[in-house]
Amino acid sequence: MKVKVLVTPKAAVLDPQGAAVRDAMKHLGMPEVESVRIGKYLEIELDDKTPNLDSRLNDLCRDLLSNPVIEDYEVVKS
Amino acid sequence: MMKFAVIQFPGSNCDQDCLAALNGMPGVRAEYVWHKKTSLAGFDAIVLPGGFSYGDYLRCGAIARFSPIMASVVEEARNGKLVIGTCNGFQVLCEIGLLPGALVRNRKLHFICELVTTRVEVPDSAFTHGCPQGSLLRLPIAHGEGCYFADEETLRELNDRRQIILRYATTDGRIEASANPNGSVENIAGICNREGNVFGLMPHPDRACEERLGSADGVKVFQSMVQTIEGARTQAA
Repeated sequence: MKVKVLVTPKAAVLDPQGAAVRDAMKHLGMPEVESVRIGKYLEIELDDKTPNLDSRLNDLCRDLLSNPVIEDYEVVKS
Repeated sequence: MMKFAVIQFPGSNCDQDCLAALNGMPGVRAEYVWHKKTSLAGFDAIVLPGGFSYGDYLRCGAIARFSPIMASVVEEARNGKLVIGTCNGFQVLCEIGLLPGALVRNRKLHFICELVTTRVEVPDSAFTHGCPQGSLLRLPIAHGEGCYFADEETLRELNDRRQIILRYATTDGRIEASANPNGSVENIAGICNREGNVFGLMPHPDRACEERLGSADGVKVFQSMVQTIEGARTQAA
């Protein structure tokens, strides 16, 4: 099974990378861009025949893949 | 003799600075402890040095916090032992939850390597004895992710409980935006936990232990730790 995890900075956290990309997009002919937030995207291949996969994966998303102080995460299964 | 443990993670690069700074102090002996060890028995204090543990992959300190030695660091911290994390060490302490908040990318995105002025906000902490309130410490910083972030409630608590030990300041001691190198909230450069025995700071006291390095103010931080440990020993005796 392939699982995608999206990690995004929380709204209250400064995202200078996103701001720099937003400005670059504006300069490159897209003044419509209001905001860009940059996060992380992880593609994880795993064997889905094991028990409690969802809760174990969620635990690791919380403890390792994201830092709940500054980030949110979302697990997308395909 | 007082024993300090300097934890070495793969990618630590200030471990030697810490060891040299500490071993330059009378009555102190510092030793490396590899991150795969599981015990810190016999040490009086623990140092998490700067560097780029695990290449800063995922987030700074995110993988190092799961190193085997960290369970022991947490246990010793809970038992009241002094723990100091500088730079990457601060990031590891936040990631593992021994300190609140997190360190994110510098506001202007640059890696910053310069000597900055910090102001001592808590003169009687275990790490700032002998620095009267408002003392200025000249310390080097060298980081890309040193922008301290905490939500409003955490910030209120940090202020109320006097956990903000150091703030970035102008050379005449004013806390203002122009003195903030990385965008940290409220110019925060270093904080301690509620109990006051775990301290994390982005500046490097270890790189400021001799005048020929540009500043010897870093010694004051380590000296304060030594005095705190000596005080606790006297009390116990």
